[in-house]
Amino acid sequence: MSEARETVIEAKGLTKRYDTATAVDSVNFSVAAGEIFGLLGPNGAGKTTTILMLLGLSDISAGTARVFGHDPMREPLAVKRRVGYLPDLVGFYDQLSAADNLHYTARLMGMSLGERKRRIPEALARVGLADVAGKKVGAFSRGMRQRLGLAEIVMKDARVAILDEPTNGLDPQASLELLDLIRALKAQGVSILLSSHLLDRVQTVCDRVALFNAGKIALMGTVEELGRQVLGGGYTVEVEASGGNGVRERLAALPGVRSVEQPAPGRWRLTCDRDLRAEAAAEAVAAGARLNQLSLDQPSLETIYTRYFQKAQAEVRHAA
Amino acid sequence: MQREGSAFQGLGVVVLKELSDHFGSMRMRILEWLVVLTALAAVYGAITQVRDVTAEDPFLFLRLFTTAREPLPSFVAFLSFLVPLMAIGLGFDAVNGEHNRRTLSRILSQPIYRDALLFGKFIAALVTLSVSLIALWLLVIGLGLIMLGVPPGGEEMARAFLFLLVTIAYAGVWLALAMLASVLFRSAATAALVTLGLWLFLTVIWPALAPAVTEAFVSPENQATFLMTGQMLARLSPSTLFGECVLALLDPTTRTLGPVYLSQLQGAVMGTPLPLWDSVMVAWPQIVGLIAASIILFVGGYVAFQRQEVRA
Repeated sequence: MSEARETVIEAKGLTKRYDTATAVDSVNFSVAAGEIFGLLGPNGAGKTTTILMLLGLSDISAGTARVFGHDPMREPLAVKRRVGYLPDLVGFYDQLSAADNLHYTARLMGMSLGERKRRIPEALARVGLADVAGKKVGAFSRGMRQRLGLAEIVMKDARVAILDEPTNGLDPQASLELLDLIRALKAQGVSILLSSHLLDRVQTVCDRVALFNAGKIALMGTVEELGRQVLGGGYTVEVEASGGNGVRERLAALPGVRSVEQPAPGRWRLTCDRDLRAEAAAEAVAAGARLNQLSLDQPSLETIYTRYFQKAQAEVRHAA
Repeated sequence: MQREGSAFQGLGVVVLKELSDHFGSMRMRILEWLVVLTALAAVYGAITQVRDVTAEDPFLFLRLFTTAREPLPSFVAFLSFLVPLMAIGLGFDAVNGEHNRRTLSRILSQPIYRDALLFGKFIAALVTLSVSLIALWLLVIGLGLIMLGVPPGGEEMARAFLFLLVTIAYAGVWLALAMLASVLFRSAATAALVTLGLWLFLTVIWPALAPAVTEAFVSPENQATFLMTGQMLARLSPSTLFGECVLALLDPTTRTLGPVYLSQLQGAVMGTPLPLWDSVMVAWPQIVGLIAASIILFVGGYVAFQRQEVRA
C-alpha cells in the first residue's frame, strides 16, 4: 500500500495491575488504518483485559492508550462512538428479535428512526441474517449470535472493530464464514483488532499479530517475519514422488537446500533458503521419479509459538 | 478531571426498553395478580367490617385501607408485605442478569456511561411498581365508592394520595436494596435469596428482636430512654417506618409516633383528628427516612457498579 497509514489504535506501556497480579504488563503496539491486527495467545494471557482498557471499560493502571487520538479513560464516549466491539461469546436479549436487539443498541448510539430503518436491514443482510430478522434471538445458534454481533458493528458504521475471540465456540464451517465476514469488513476499510487463542485459524486473516504470553507481548510482526525470527527463516518444500533413483541425493545437491528429511517412503522434506519448488520438481523428474505432489509449507503460527516458548524455556534453564 | 458528555445519555432509551421488558414479563404478571387478588380480599373484608361497625366516622373512607377482618389482615398490612416482594422481584437480577446473558459488555461498549444503565433500570422498575400501585389504589377507591356508597371527602382523598406516594417510596427502598444485591452477587439466585432473607429479617424478626436488644443495653427503669431506644432500633426497618407513616396519614387522630409526655397533652382534645398538614408533619421524619434509605442503597449499588469489572 502506497499511502501513508494513519494509526488508529496505539498502546504505550499499557499496564493493568490487580491487587495481587499484573494482568497486562507494559504492552506496546499500534494498529494502522485498514489492517487486521491479531492479539494471539493462550487464555488468561491478558488479551481481553487489554481490549477492555482500550474501550475504557476497565481502568488503566499505567501507560497510555489512544483510539483515534482519544484517551479511553477520559473520553470514553468519543472512543465508544467510533469503535465497534464484539465481546467473547456475545449475548443478546433472548426474548427480543434480532432486529429489535439491534434497534435497542442503535437507539443507545443515538440513531434516528429513519436511519435505523435503513441501516438495520442492511446490516442484517450483510451478515446473512436478513431472513431471521424477526425471529427471537433465543433460538439462534452460537454462529448466528456472533454474526448478529458483527451486524451491530456494521450498523454502527464503526471505523475500528474490536473482536474478542470471534471464532470461539463455533464449528469449523461457522468459523470459516465468520472469518470471511471479517475479511469483508476489512475490504470496506475497517481496521480490525482481534484476539484469539486459536492460532492457525486466525493466522489466515491477520496482517500482523502480537503473541501474548503472561501479560506481555512476546513477539510482534507479520507471520512471515515471526517465522524468520523464530524458526531461523527458510522455506519448507515437500516433495512426494514414486520411483526414480537417488532422488534424495539429487535434492540435497540443489544449491540453497540446507537439509533433506524423509518422513515417509516417497516423501522428502527440504529446508531451503528460498522457494525451490520448481527446481525440486525438475530434479525429481530428472531422477526418473513420478512427481505426485509438491507443496510449500507456510510457517504456521502454532509452530512459531511453540518453538518460541521452547526456546525461551531453554534459555531460562541455561541461565539457571 | 471531568468526564466528557452527559451521564444521562441513553437514559431514556434504557428506561423505555426496561419498561417494555417489565410489562411484558411473566414475572410481572404473576406479581400483579398476587397483589390484586390479596388486596381485593382485604378490601372486601374491610368493607363488610366497616359496614357493620362504624357508621358515623368522618374518615370512613380511610377505614377501607386500615380495617382488618379476621382472619385477613388489612389492606395496608398486605401492602407492607407484598410491596417488598414485588420490588425485589423486579430488581434482584437487574445487573447480574445482564452479566449472565453476556449483554453487559456489549451494551456498555455503546456510547453511554454505566450511570445511564443503572439509573435507567431503577427508574423503569420504580415506574412499573408505581403504575401497578396506582392501578391498585384506583381499584380500591372504586370498590369503596361502589360498595360503601359514600363519596370520599377532599381531605380523605388527599390523605389516601399521600399514602400512595409513601407506598411508592417504600417500594423504592426495597428496589434499591434488590439492585444493590444484583450488583454485588454475580448469581441472580444468591441475590434473590439474600434480599428475601433481609426482607424477612427486617419485617418479621427485627420488630420482635428490637426490644430484646434494647433490654441488653438500657435498663428498663429509665422508662423514657428505654422506650425511645427501642423505637429507634425498630425504625431501622423500613417496614416499621412505613407502618408509622401509614398510621399518621390514614388515622388522623394520631398525634405522635413516639412516647407522649404529659406536657404535650395540655390543651389537647383527645380523639379529635389533626389537620392534614399536621399529620404530614408527624410522619415527616419517617417519610424522609424512607426516601433517604432508598437513595443511600442506590448510591451503594452505584459505587459498586462503577468499580466492577465488566468481563464475564
